[in-house]
Amino acid sequence: MLDHEFIRHALLAGSLVAVGSGLAGWFVVLRAQVFAVDALSHVAFPGALVAAAAGIDLRIGVLAASLGVALVMARLGSTSAERDLAIGATFAWVLGVGALLLAVLAGGPAGGGSTVGVRALFGSIFGLSTAQAGLVAGVSLGCAIAIVVMARPLLLASVNPVVARVRGVRVAALELGFLAVLAVEVAQASQAVGALLLLGLVAAPAGAAHRLTRRPFAGMAIAAAAALLSVWVGVGLSYRIAELPPSAAVVLVAGALYALAHLVSPIRSRWGRRPAAPWT
Amino acid sequence: MSPGQGLGSAGPQVILDPFQFAFMIHALEAATAVSILAGVVGWLTVLRREIFAGHTLSVMAFPGAAGATLAGVPVAWGYLAACTAAALVLGPGTHAARRGFRDQTALVGTVQAVGLSLGLVALSVNGSVQQDLEPLLFGSIVGISAGRALSLAVLTVVLLALLATVGRPLLLTSVDPALARSRGLPVGLLSGGFLVILGVAVAAASQVTGALLVFALLIMPAGCARQLTSRPGPGLGLSVGLGLTFSWVGLELAYYTDYPLGFYVSSLGLSSYVTLRLLARRRGARASGATAPGEAR
Repeated sequence: MLDHEFIRHALLAGSLVAVGSGLAGWFVVLRAQVFAVDALSHVAFPGALVAAAAGIDLRIGVLAASLGVALVMARLGSTSAERDLAIGATFAWVLGVGALLLAVLAGGPAGGGSTVGVRALFGSIFGLSTAQAGLVAGVSLGCAIAIVVMARPLLLASVNPVVARVRGVRVAALELGFLAVLAVEVAQASQAVGALLLLGLVAAPAGAAHRLTRRPFAGMAIAAAAALLSVWVGVGLSYRIAELPPSAAVVLVAGALYALAHLVSPIRSRWGRRPAAPWT
Repeated sequence: MSPGQGLGSAGPQVILDPFQFAFMIHALEAATAVSILAGVVGWLTVLRREIFAGHTLSVMAFPGAAGATLAGVPVAWGYLAACTAAALVLGPGTHAARRGFRDQTALVGTVQAVGLSLGLVALSVNGSVQQDLEPLLFGSIVGISAGRALSLAVLTVVLLALLATVGRPLLLTSVDPALARSRGLPVGLLSGGFLVILGVAVAAASQVTGALLVFALLIMPAGCARQLTSRPGPGLGLSVGLGLTFSWVGLELAYYTDYPLGFYVSSLGLSSYVTLRLLARRRGARASGATAPGEAR
């Protein structure tokens, strides 16, 4: 299986995407921002369409769209109800623009707009060239390092923004920085491996980690490890079973791990080993 | 139901013109039914902070349709089955809100990703990936038959009647679950039941606007209404009224320009939402600037 070049590329890119989204996902779940990641991954699709219409590199369009939406989201209020509403309204409109572009492009010379859309949504981890795999791996590694560097202050800012501000942490800048890292990761990964895969790798392993431990750094490690395991098992399964698309296989494994964590979690609490929440 | 005639007799010829075609009348009927339903359900969704769950359920149309194609049953049944199944999975999770909001977003995100993956698997087994995706995602106003418009209207009436019977307990459960539980209300059942209703409503609405844009009709009118009032009665009324306005105006624009309905509905929705929110902020700033906190909204 490892003799094939496309499998090696898939494993290289997939592993680093997994570590990046596992680490980022732990914070995303902590901050209840999965919806924001979902929105970011959906705007990749109109972004790609705009780039296709303008005849520039798709990745530039996707990156611009994701960063733009991340900026808008960072500016929106902090109460969760109003924030979700604003995110939802913004990205419903962006999707509406996508529908318009699709209608315009279908009649235009660019044609095949929906192929671009499908690719942005589902991607294919098996179709990466050496250069693409290297780029995805590099960007994901950069995002993972950025998350590790900002982990301590971001943890404090997420758990208790008031104390963080007192201690001189620039909370607003940090939150914007975190969203920007997410936007870059989502934009890069959605073009190469599909937005669906990314959402699954951000939400499920981190959700499982939050079920298993409340200790931050152990949680991050579990999330990254679970994401890695999902990618490896998923790629292996997809290689064996021809009908199983790789991104779907990875997400299904991640979902199974999440369900497993739910089953295991109550046992641990009955043992009374789960420490009391330092925050709620 | 014939809101077309009511709208047309009052308006000029330009507004009336599109409705000499049967398909436009069916589209108007379907859009009217769906807007009323989405206005009410969406207002409750926003109140209950289940916007992400609403979006996830709307996305379930994709695995629903893919699975239905695979199984050889009508697509509408697939929608319904997938949305209900996802609602049932989400139901206990949202009920277990004692573990905090955090856990819930991970669950909703995972359900969405897994649902889409299952849809992708079904499509992959079918062999065709892109063929039917576009009308599924973005809907179509030309393909609505008289029978479908009627069934959407019936579904709207049934779901609204259901919501009306549990209206007061559901409202209390949404606003203050702890108080509702202390009064002996079945909070878990009500929360899970609402998600199932949301799932069915989304499945119905997505046949008109498409799976991606049902979301616009669901939360944008409700979001606008929220900026104006927090009282349930007027809020629900505003939400329905705005939803109807968006979809009727959108239908006219879509007819004359040939561009998708969803684009117009979401653009009208976003511009109204942003305007109202800016107005609300200015109003709030003025109220606090005058140091008179009497006008609490």
